[in-house]
Amino acid sequence: MIEINKLNKKFGRVKVLEDVSLKIDKSGVFAILGPNGSGKTTLIKSILGMVIPQRGVIKINGDIISNQWLYRKSINYLPQIARFPDNLKVAELIRMITNLRGQKSNDKELIRLFKLEPFLDKKLGNLSGGTKQKVNLVLTFMFDSPILILDEPTTGLDPVSLIHLKELIKKEKEEGKTILITTHIMDFVEVIADEIVFLLEGNIYFEGTVDNLKKNSGKNSLEEAIATILTEENV
Amino acid sequence: MFKILQYSFYDLVRSRWSYVYFLFYLVLGFALLFLNNSVSKSIITLMNIIIVLTPMIGTIFGIMYFYSSREFTELLLAQPIKRTTIFLGQYFGVSFSLALSLILGLGIPFTVYGLWESSEVINFGLLLASGTFLTFIFVAISVNIALLHDNRIKGFGYAILIWLSLAVIYDGLFLISLMVFEDYPLDKFSLVATMLNPIDLSRILILLKLDISALLGYTGAVFQKFFGTNMGILTSFLILLTWSTVPVLLIKRIANKKDF
Repeated sequence: MIEINKLNKKFGRVKVLEDVSLKIDKSGVFAILGPNGSGKTTLIKSILGMVIPQRGVIKINGDIISNQWLYRKSINYLPQIARFPDNLKVAELIRMITNLRGQKSNDKELIRLFKLEPFLDKKLGNLSGGTKQKVNLVLTFMFDSPILILDEPTTGLDPVSLIHLKELIKKEKEEGKTILITTHIMDFVEVIADEIVFLLEGNIYFEGTVDNLKKNSGKNSLEEAIATILTEENV
Repeated sequence: MFKILQYSFYDLVRSRWSYVYFLFYLVLGFALLFLNNSVSKSIITLMNIIIVLTPMIGTIFGIMYFYSSREFTELLLAQPIKRTTIFLGQYFGVSFSLALSLILGLGIPFTVYGLWESSEVINFGLLLASGTFLTFIFVAISVNIALLHDNRIKGFGYAILIWLSLAVIYDGLFLISLMVFEDYPLDKFSLVATMLNPIDLSRILILLKLDISALLGYTGAVFQKFFGTNMGILTSFLILLTWSTVPVLLIKRIANKKDF
């Protein structure tokens, strides 16, 4: 369960999040949407404790997270840009993260799924962007945690891997997990998301199901509905 | 913390630069012993090199490692690990691997030459100890700078500037002030000024141990009087310890407030 209460974050003089409150107390896929710079990544990083908010409280499973770290055992995080230490090999990185977390991992299965076997002995610095993203996905999905946070998971993936990704997310959802996703690909959202959290200029502009959002804006597709909101707000 | 330390340590130990640094000391050690043909003379020459070089390498390696491992750090931050554990683990990893290059690089040639049978063992130990202290101090300072500045060019600039001011500019100002105020008694002033700078403090400690303080004239006598006592040695040790712990505490403080 994720509970955010009046979260405020400024970077210098730029207000990124303003009194954001959000409560996610059920399982399912929650898509965090919004234009560039609307505070999606900042919100996610605040939940992870990577960004430290000026004001506001975040609770994970009922506990306040500030200055805590053990709660991250129950979160799997996929960063927006797959950046790894260049001189490590893929297998070494996977072993290292498994070792650091001390949790059981099903990396073998995922390596097979994304066909990463030929790359296991390659250094991460020599991999293409898409392959790095696949490694990123393996690292995220290999642990069994109740909360998954995926920041733009589709970046650089080929169509086959994209299908695998959707299947993985579906499987996790069926297991009763809470999954937060940010993305700009609306087709992807329509297929997998149960609910939408729409951020605009640091505020939550809309919270509800995809169908509700379409109904509110009077459009047939999600893409058009979002575009309508953005043009009305003159963003 | 030990796991992080281990990874950072191996990461550096495997890198080409640590070998270069190790080989440099190895070659330097053998060359000096061969040319001087005496352990004590070699120690004096080495002192001048170590006093300037270990802070510089500590600064450059420290800042380079922290900037280049930013991805690794971000990856770790999302894991169930305490923040200070990550940064202190990396700091100790870098410092230990640099200190190891120094100790092995010089230890091997001196052992081969027969250091353990000579009377210079303590002096050599003091030399390595000050080099290790300086490495830890300057890596810690550069980690602070890397945490405060996301802009690498700026961070690198500030780190070099701090090294330069403590290694060169400080001495310059010190000498100028001695000349300007030569009509006044300056022994207390010079004693304090020397103790405040870790590089100068290490230099004086070694010089006095080597019994060449006569070269320092009257001030040398004052220094000898102070540093020769247990009180003096203890004070200098405490000051070096302060120099190495305060930046580490600052790392903790800054790391806990930083956004990634």
